[in-house]
Amino acid sequence: MERFNLGLIGLLILVLSGCASSGSKSGAMSNDSGMSSSSDSEDAATYGMGMDDNNNLETITDDSLSENLETIIYFDFDRSELRAEYDALINAYASNMNSNTLLTVRLEGHADERGSREYNIGLGERRAQAVRRMLLLNGVAPAQITTVSFGEERPNSYGSDESSYTQNRRVELVIN
Amino acid sequence: MNLEKKIILLLCLFFHDALYAELTIRITQGVGKQTPIAIVPFGADKGMPVLSVDIAEIITNDLIRSGRFSSTPQKNMLQKPTTGAEIDFDDWSILGVEAVAVGRISQMRTGSYNIQFQLFDIYKGEQIVGYRMPANDKTLRRSAHRIADMIYRELTGIRGVFDTKVAYVKSNVSRNETSYSLIIADSDGENEQVVVNSKDPIMSPAWSPDSRQIAYVSFEGNASSIYLQTLRTGNRRKISDHPGINGSPAFSPDGRKLVLTLGGTDGNLDVYILDIATRALKRMTYNRAIDTEATWSPNGKEIYFTSDRGGAPQIYKIFLNSDKAERVTFQGNYNSRPRLSPDGKKLAMVHLYRGDYRIAIYDINKKDLLILSSGMQDESPSFAPNSDTLIYATKMRGNGVLETVTADGLVRQRVASKQGDIREPVWSPFLKL
Repeated sequence: MERFNLGLIGLLILVLSGCASSGSKSGAMSNDSGMSSSSDSEDAATYGMGMDDNNNLETITDDSLSENLETIIYFDFDRSELRAEYDALINAYASNMNSNTLLTVRLEGHADERGSREYNIGLGERRAQAVRRMLLLNGVAPAQITTVSFGEERPNSYGSDESSYTQNRRVELVIN
Repeated sequence: MNLEKKIILLLCLFFHDALYAELTIRITQGVGKQTPIAIVPFGADKGMPVLSVDIAEIITNDLIRSGRFSSTPQKNMLQKPTTGAEIDFDDWSILGVEAVAVGRISQMRTGSYNIQFQLFDIYKGEQIVGYRMPANDKTLRRSAHRIADMIYRELTGIRGVFDTKVAYVKSNVSRNETSYSLIIADSDGENEQVVVNSKDPIMSPAWSPDSRQIAYVSFEGNASSIYLQTLRTGNRRKISDHPGINGSPAFSPDGRKLVLTLGGTDGNLDVYILDIATRALKRMTYNRAIDTEATWSPNGKEIYFTSDRGGAPQIYKIFLNSDKAERVTFQGNYNSRPRLSPDGKKLAMVHLYRGDYRIAIYDINKKDLLILSSGMQDESPSFAPNSDTLIYATKMRGNGVLETVTADGLVRQRVASKQGDIREPVWSPFLKL
């Protein structure tokens, strides 16, 4: 466990340094954020895992995963390819999910607000699928992954400027 | 909000956005003058309680909003007749008024009324149309819209759409949570009724052709599903919840089918047709690109949709009997969200113009494109059932608001805006009486 977490910290420094836009929402090192940042239902789901009757070592591993790994991947304008800086993050998710096949991840794709809404659902899905493909290539079973695209409906930042758009073109990884 | 506040708000809107006001005035002059009319305050029987709505005010506001009329303010009226017999045609002729509407309201019993109205041609000194209709406290507003529709039709030759509804989505952002509502209001933005409330996003409302049901996308449970809701009862059923995307529903003209978008586990968005009764699903597109935002042509023979199969989103159409897609739009490198006018002659869309997303209208026969809106992020165009006006969403100080524009682009108006961020307006079909 300890070795694993040390490795993760090194990895996080790598991820964070390569990701200028991840600032306020990263929550990677804080105690109480991580998965719970997106919505109430995820809060509840994460909490539920801790109270599970089958509490065991693997469940604790889940918590460490959700608390320590970056949960948002950002994308360039009009792009759905993963930037190389996220390779290590994807590897970390994949190795955790491979070692605990009970873990599932919901990939929530998002787009910035420009253009029509249903087309943006498509763009968000494309980004979620890009993350899904990388996880599959890293050996994660298809049954462990679901995708949902919120398009421009759940922005991270409400402004109509480039810095908000950058925050909003993203995939959020939600572990259950 | 009372009338004075509303007028002040309206004036503020006009003066705040000088360009907007200038545009409206300048171009309406180009079309010919606005027909000068007068809607005289309706008379009421002696001893009647004061009504909750001012019929003449609603009629006047409707007609003014269309951009095709100017009206004589009450203070300038030389007389206030309530029946045709009382009209002094010379008094109105002096004011340059071409048509005058007068009316009376009688109470039958408590909360139940009879409204009579007559429209007169001042030059000819003749009645153009006259009706008597029953009403109650709940239908008074609607009766006023119906009278406005009759006047509009007589004076313009175009069927009015004041007695119609608009559905839209509103989001309310509070400190910790955003909530979403699906709302149905009168075409003038009044009489808002919430039909769905959710903490998860609601999208893409679509009216059934009989205007009794509404289909929409909801993200309850962090997955998209399509629901069909009966407006009268509020009952709903989930009619599409496949893995991945369930989106963009639109009814067939006969109301029996929905065209929609499914993404599946692999996230390849394609257009499908769902038979509502049998749940049979027919796949219409097989492209690896994003194919979505489909809509039926009014004759039911074609489906128009957005696809980025050519690299950027453009509008394509499929003939239902051939399954062969053909590209429709070629101007610009972003055209999406097609909607056909009910007369089938025009196609409205979101069009990227010099970095701004605008509402544009494409004449299917003439093949020319006209940009109708002036915002930066205009979206979700929807035709009124008379094909003459569209409603769409634009942004004002970061919040979504609604605007209407005539299909010739000449008259643009902001719909009375309420609190919250409003988007995805959809104009109802003509309502049954």
